[in-house]
Amino acid sequence: MATYTLAKALNEGLRRAMERDPKVVIMGEDVGKLGGVFRITDGLQKDFGEDRVIDTPLAESGIVGTAIGLAMRGFRPVCEIQFDGFVYPAFDQIVSQLAKVHYRSAGAVRLPVVIRIPFGGGIGAVEHHSESPEAYFAHTAGLKVVACSNATDGYFMIQQVIASDDPVIFFEPKRRYWEKAELDTTATPDPLWQARVVRPGTDVTVLAYGPMVKTALEAASAAAADGVSLEVIDLRALSPLDMAAVLESVNRTRRCVVVHEAPANVGLGAELAARITEQAFYTLEAPVLRVTGFDTPYPASRVEEDYLPDLDRVLDAVDRSLAF
Amino acid sequence: MSDGDPSVAEAHPELVQLLSPEGERVAHPHYSIDLTPDEFRALYRDLVLVRRIDIEATALQRQGELGIWASLLGQEAAQVGSGRALAPDDFVFPTYREHGVAWCRDVDPLWLLGLFRGVNLGGWDPNAHNFNLYTIVIGSQTLHATGYAMGIQREGGGPDGSYPGAVIAYFGDGASSQGDVNESFVWASVFNAPVVFFCQNNQWAISEPIEKQSRIPLYQRARGFGFPGVRVDGNDVLACLAVTRAALARAREGSGPTLVEAYTYRMGAHTTSDDPTRYRLASDLESWKLKDPIERVKAYLVRNGLADADFLDAVQAEADELAAHVREGCRALPDPEPLSMFDDVYVEGTPHLDRQREEFATYLASFEGAR
Repeated sequence: MATYTLAKALNEGLRRAMERDPKVVIMGEDVGKLGGVFRITDGLQKDFGEDRVIDTPLAESGIVGTAIGLAMRGFRPVCEIQFDGFVYPAFDQIVSQLAKVHYRSAGAVRLPVVIRIPFGGGIGAVEHHSESPEAYFAHTAGLKVVACSNATDGYFMIQQVIASDDPVIFFEPKRRYWEKAELDTTATPDPLWQARVVRPGTDVTVLAYGPMVKTALEAASAAAADGVSLEVIDLRALSPLDMAAVLESVNRTRRCVVVHEAPANVGLGAELAARITEQAFYTLEAPVLRVTGFDTPYPASRVEEDYLPDLDRVLDAVDRSLAF
Repeated sequence: MSDGDPSVAEAHPELVQLLSPEGERVAHPHYSIDLTPDEFRALYRDLVLVRRIDIEATALQRQGELGIWASLLGQEAAQVGSGRALAPDDFVFPTYREHGVAWCRDVDPLWLLGLFRGVNLGGWDPNAHNFNLYTIVIGSQTLHATGYAMGIQREGGGPDGSYPGAVIAYFGDGASSQGDVNESFVWASVFNAPVVFFCQNNQWAISEPIEKQSRIPLYQRARGFGFPGVRVDGNDVLACLAVTRAALARAREGSGPTLVEAYTYRMGAHTTSDDPTRYRLASDLESWKLKDPIERVKAYLVRNGLADADFLDAVQAEADELAAHVREGCRALPDPEPLSMFDDVYVEGTPHLDRQREEFATYLASFEGAR
C-alpha cells in the first residue's frame, strides 16, 4: 500500500499494461519527452522507446485514424487526446470507423483501441479545456465509455480497458489528477463494467461519475450531519450502464439524484432517469432529479464554480426529492 | 521517378505511359516492363472480366436487385495494373469502387454486392484477402492504411531494413481535399511509413470537376509533404503496373511513401443514382472513349500475334460465365434475419443490448400467429 495521485496511478497502470503486452503503444501530442501536458505518460518513452510511445503530429483525426490501422495490424493503441474540447476533429474517425468496424466486418476485425480524454472543468482554464463530451460517445453504438474517479480505479481500469477487445473512450477527471489516495497494486480489481457503492445509505441514491464522485461524497457527509442518509454510487461505466446496481439501490431508497458536469439536455442523467422510470416506476417516491452543468456552452472560468454542480446544489436536489 | 525536384521533373515526361491508346509500346526513361505473352494475356483477361462484373452489377441495380452501384467503368486499367502489382503480403485499403482490385485479391464479386444490395455492410474477411472492407466515408481509409503501415514498421524489418509487405491506400480526386487524406500524407511522411497512396483521378467527384479540388496537378502535392509523386496514364495497364510495382518496392525497402496519381476518367455516373448529363459534356466522354483501357491492350495483342480469335472468344465465354455467376448469385443472396442486427456490435456483449434484443424478439414473436 502506498499513496498515489490519480495521475501517478494512471501512469503506473499504463506502465504495467506496456510491460505485460508488447503490442500496447501510446500515441498522442506531447506524450513522449514531456510526458503529456498532465504528465500521465511521464517516463514511458524513456523506458519503452519512441516506437511504442509515439509523439504524433498535431492532428486528432490522424491520431485516431492511424490507431485504427495499427489495431488492424494487431496492436493495442492507447491514444491521448490532450483536452476534452480537442476530440472533435477525431469525431468522424471515432464514430464512423472505430465504433463500426467490428460490426461492419461481422466480427472479423477487432479494434482494441483506448482513447484517453482528460475531461471536466474546475481548473480555471481557457475555452475548450473544461468540457464533458461523454454523452456524444455513450450515444454511439460500438463504443464503450468509462470514467475513473480515484487512484485505485485509475490504476486498474486503465489496464482493464487496454485489455478489452472493444474500443473504449476513457475519461479522466482532470481536476482530480492531483488527489492522493492509498493504492494497493496487489489488490484484485473490481470488474470493469460494475458500478460501485462508494458510500452506503438509505434515503436517497446519488449517482455520479468522474469528478462528481468526490462532490457527491462531500454532499453525503454534509447530509449525514442533518440526519439524511445518502447512498453514493460511482457509475464507473457510462456505456454500458450497470443498471442492475442502480436499480438495486433505487429500489431500496426509492429516490434518485443524478449528478454530472455535462449539460442536462440529452445527457447521461436523462438516460438514467428514463431507464429508472421504465424499470422501477412503482417503487419511486419522487421523479429522478438531475444536478448538472447548464445548457450553455462552458462559461468563462471566473464563473465556472457557478456552472459546476457543487455540494449545495446536490443537497438542494436531495431536499427537493425528499419533499415529494 | 519524379521526386519533386524541378530540375528532375523537367527532364522526363509528366505522364508515365508505356502503351499508347493505339496499342503501341512507348519507352519511358524511368519505367519499363517486361511481360511474357501469358502475363500480357492475363492482364487482358482481368480487364475484360472486371468490366463484365461491373456491367452486370449496373444491370442488377436497374433490375432492382441492388439498391445502388458505384461503377468502375473506365478505371479498369488503373485498378488491374495496381492490383496486379501487389505481392501477397501487401495490404489494400480500398474506397467503395475498387472492384477491380478486389478481383486481383481473389474476393468473389458476389461479396462486393452484399453492401450494395443491403444484405450486409461488408461481407468478406479483410485478413483472408489482405483487402480491407470498402470504406464509404471519403478519405478515412488513408489514415487506416498509414497506421497499418506503421504497424508493419513496428514489427521490424529484415537485416537490410526492408519490410515483408507494404500498404496501398486507394482514394479519388475528390478525397484529395479531405483533411484525413492530408493528415495521412503528413503521418506517412513523418514516420516514413511503407505506404503507397494510389489516387485515381477520374476527373469527377460526383458533379464537381477536378478544378474544384486543386489548382495544381494532384501528384505535385506530394512534394509539399516530402515524398515523391508521379502521374501515370491511368488507362494504361502496363504503366499502372510498372509505376505501382516501383512504388511498392520503394515502400518495402524502407524508403517511405509515394503518391501515384492515375490519370483516368469516370466513364459512367458517380453511382447509379447520379445523372452526369446535368453537369458534363458528351463530347468529353467521346474523347476519353478513344483512350479505352481495354481496346489498346487488345490492339497490341492482336497486332503482335499474342492473341487469336480462339483466345478472345475464350475470354468472352469466361466473362459470360462470370456474369451468370454474379447475376444468379446476387438474386440468391439471402436477406439477413432481423435479430441478426444485434450481432457483433461488441466483442464482449452488454446486458443492455441483450435485453433490447430479447424485447424485440418477444415483440416479433407476438405477431407470429397473426401472420
